[in-house]
Amino acid sequence: MEKYQVAILIGVISGFLDRWVMLRNDYRHYPTYPHGHLTHLALGFIAASLGAVAVPAIAKPDYIAVTFLVLAAQQFREIRNMERETLNKLEETKLIPRGQDYIEGIARVFEARNYLVIMTAFFTSLAVYAWRWESVFIVAPVLILISGKLMSGSYVGDIADVEEGSVHFDGSILKVNDVVIMNVGLPQTREKIMREGIGVIIKPKNDNARLSLHNPGQRMAIIHDVVSILGTKVDINETDLMPMARKQVDKGYLAFFVVANEPDVKFLMEIIKKVPVLETTRGTALNSFFGRKAAD
Amino acid sequence: MSTGLSEFILAVVTRDMNKVKGGGCPIFLAADQQEQEKMSLYLARILGGVVHDLENGVYFICKH
Repeated sequence: MEKYQVAILIGVISGFLDRWVMLRNDYRHYPTYPHGHLTHLALGFIAASLGAVAVPAIAKPDYIAVTFLVLAAQQFREIRNMERETLNKLEETKLIPRGQDYIEGIARVFEARNYLVIMTAFFTSLAVYAWRWESVFIVAPVLILISGKLMSGSYVGDIADVEEGSVHFDGSILKVNDVVIMNVGLPQTREKIMREGIGVIIKPKNDNARLSLHNPGQRMAIIHDVVSILGTKVDINETDLMPMARKQVDKGYLAFFVVANEPDVKFLMEIIKKVPVLETTRGTALNSFFGRKAAD
Repeated sequence: MSTGLSEFILAVVTRDMNKVKGGGCPIFLAADQQEQEKMSLYLARILGGVVHDLENGVYFICKH
């Protein structure tokens, strides 16, 4: 086989592999829709081809081909729109919505993954073309590891401490520790909450974390992830037991309340720790001069 | 896309008519607490709202 053919082939394979590995990472963030998998693998294949073809095209040199490759890369912007649209459509029939911030975060991640695939395919084929084909065994795993690193953001567990809270009533006001959650009118609902409700306190570690948790989009993401794993006793027209996350306005920590199908506070805390911190909600107070000054 | 009212009082269930005035939503008079709870529960389920207690003998159903 010609050298450029080997480079393209190996580039495509390693890029595709990269997409596949990252797709498996999606599992928890994004329910596995089988057809969605196929779509993303196919797009990942196209991205890998783009990246792999670029090196021989530049080396030849065929600058028209390179220009076309750049144009083709623009197509991947559509992926973000596609994901956003799908998730927004699904949102309308959800009892516990994901929230716009979470959807935007997922859509961005899906777009970014394809650029990482292009990068992996490009550098692998570059290494193969410039050096020898065995180099793929070093370059591809390293690039796949880097892609994984770049794609993994921080989690709520990194920015906050999660502790068990006590669910109790002050008259008709439901509270978790000292945070007011809501007013519950019916005595039988109160009894049910006392029997089955679980509460958790999420304490931010610094001012940035406090601002992240302050954002309703981040709270919706937490609620959605918990409910999608532990379940909820909310039904259509029965919204009394809605899971909620409310802020202690003076101290800035969150109280989370849920009546779950699987009332297991230990796993609830683990799930909350594993909720991604959304990039659109990330607090950056400590990056600014006055933010740092005011923090003490 | 479905549309509907939210953050709106759909009905008031009271044991004391002197505690509620004005209009905007129907007011139901209950004879005792048991009836009040039952009426509130039914109304909440039918209207898709949540029962809230003002702790003065007045319950209301609100849609969130």
